[in-house]
Amino acid sequence: MFLINCPYCGERDQQEFKAGGEAHIERPKQPTELSDDEWAEYLFMRKNIKGIQFERWNHAHGCRKWFNMVRDTSNDEIKLIYKMGEKPPSD
Amino acid sequence: MKNKYSIFSLIKNAFSYHENWHKAWKDPQPKKEYDVVIVGGGGHGLATAYYLAKKHNIKNIAVVEKGWIGGGNTGRNTTIIRSNYLWDASAGLYDHALKIWEGLSQELNYNIMFSQRGVMNLAHNLQDVRDLKRRTHANRLNGIDAVYLSTEEVKKFCPIINTSPNIRYPVLGGTLQKRAGTARHDAVAWGYARGADEMGVDIIQNCEVKGIKRNIDSVEGIETTKGFIKTKKIGVVAAGHSTVIANMAGLKLPLESKPLQALVSEPVKPIIDTVVMSNAVHAYISQSDKGELVIGAGTDDYVSYSQKGSHQIIEGTLNAILELYPIFSRMRMLRQWGGIVDICPDASPILSKTSVKGLYFNCGWGTGGFKATPGSGDLFAHTIANDEPHKLNAAFNLNRFISGDLVDEHGAAAVAH
Repeated sequence: MFLINCPYCGERDQQEFKAGGEAHIERPKQPTELSDDEWAEYLFMRKNIKGIQFERWNHAHGCRKWFNMVRDTSNDEIKLIYKMGEKPPSD
Repeated sequence: MKNKYSIFSLIKNAFSYHENWHKAWKDPQPKKEYDVVIVGGGGHGLATAYYLAKKHNIKNIAVVEKGWIGGGNTGRNTTIIRSNYLWDASAGLYDHALKIWEGLSQELNYNIMFSQRGVMNLAHNLQDVRDLKRRTHANRLNGIDAVYLSTEEVKKFCPIINTSPNIRYPVLGGTLQKRAGTARHDAVAWGYARGADEMGVDIIQNCEVKGIKRNIDSVEGIETTKGFIKTKKIGVVAAGHSTVIANMAGLKLPLESKPLQALVSEPVKPIIDTVVMSNAVHAYISQSDKGELVIGAGTDDYVSYSQKGSHQIIEGTLNAILELYPIFSRMRMLRQWGGIVDICPDASPILSKTSVKGLYFNCGWGTGGFKATPGSGDLFAHTIANDEPHKLNAAFNLNRFISGDLVDEHGAAAVAH
């Protein structure tokens, strides 16, 4: 995982990027109605998958845009990169 | 009964060319059922089994380990031991461990090479100075030895540090905990394994957990590569793989597993007789008894189980080391490696019961678990044996992520987690 293919800039050194954690965690629509358990789930609980994981990354030292990445965390192989707002692939 | 290690047993075994030493631990196959099964044969897991047998009189215990004992993070850390944490809960936990470290070689009849050579933490900016002073006061209120040092005193304690005001991150001061230091990490695992084995604990290596069998509210056993093992109590001490085990029981944890790297140099004559850590530039260094400089780097910011870290992390650490210790500019690095550390959102560990009866987790130690090994084992054994936490680990429960009562050591401890 030395090169990351930014969807806006193309392949760049990993050093230019910042990992932003698990992707597709949605902010609660009705925060005032959330129970403590639901808050814990949203704020702290993470899938932390060994295998295929969906993540957000930021091209921090480049275009500074966010994008999504599908990555195998057991060997750091990048499977797919897609833009923010696009639907995650189902398979 | 095993031979006690002593000068006499050493002489006696010299006559037989050291070929008749007893095995330090057996290599048994798993029995059908145990009172307690510990998942993970690292320092914390072995210590848990040791104290369960020793203090709680539970003898029918198995420790199952996927690789070999002490082959994970126990053998990969930079062996630093200290207890100068900011918050009361952390101070209680880590100083409990430090007190056990002080007598551990004698207790285990195993030389863990515990060396109280002191740990110094450096301040590089005004905020560091304020934070470290505050922490020093907090430590002393908790009965933990801590002193604040001026730049001159830092230089006097460790003369090879570059204290020039003209470097990028000048040394503005530091703290010193004299009771802190290092220990030989492999020996800690081996000593606990030998001690636990002697009391009848089965240490089962090359035995990977494949599943946890449970009914609605309690555990029934574990599925392993060496077959099914029935048990009513499972203590999981699996570090970076805690989430993987939790998922087998249908639980979610507030953890992220990330690579943490360390490296050692070629061995040289004694040059640094203490441990120096720096939070702001994230570099810490000590010298092993073999003479290697032991250098700890930071974590990568992404989840990974690959036991490899990024090159730029090491580069950043070595940049900082070279600025602080120009004398090392021509040292050659010998080995570099990574381990997978499980990090909690508040950078404090979890030593806790779970919503499933008989399932306990000891995890989330992040980048700083080694120092707590004896205390963690002792308190986790108490938690498992009594099905209730000890008062020293009560704050480190899983429920704190729901109640919001976090033990926020992120940035508050002596070094970034």
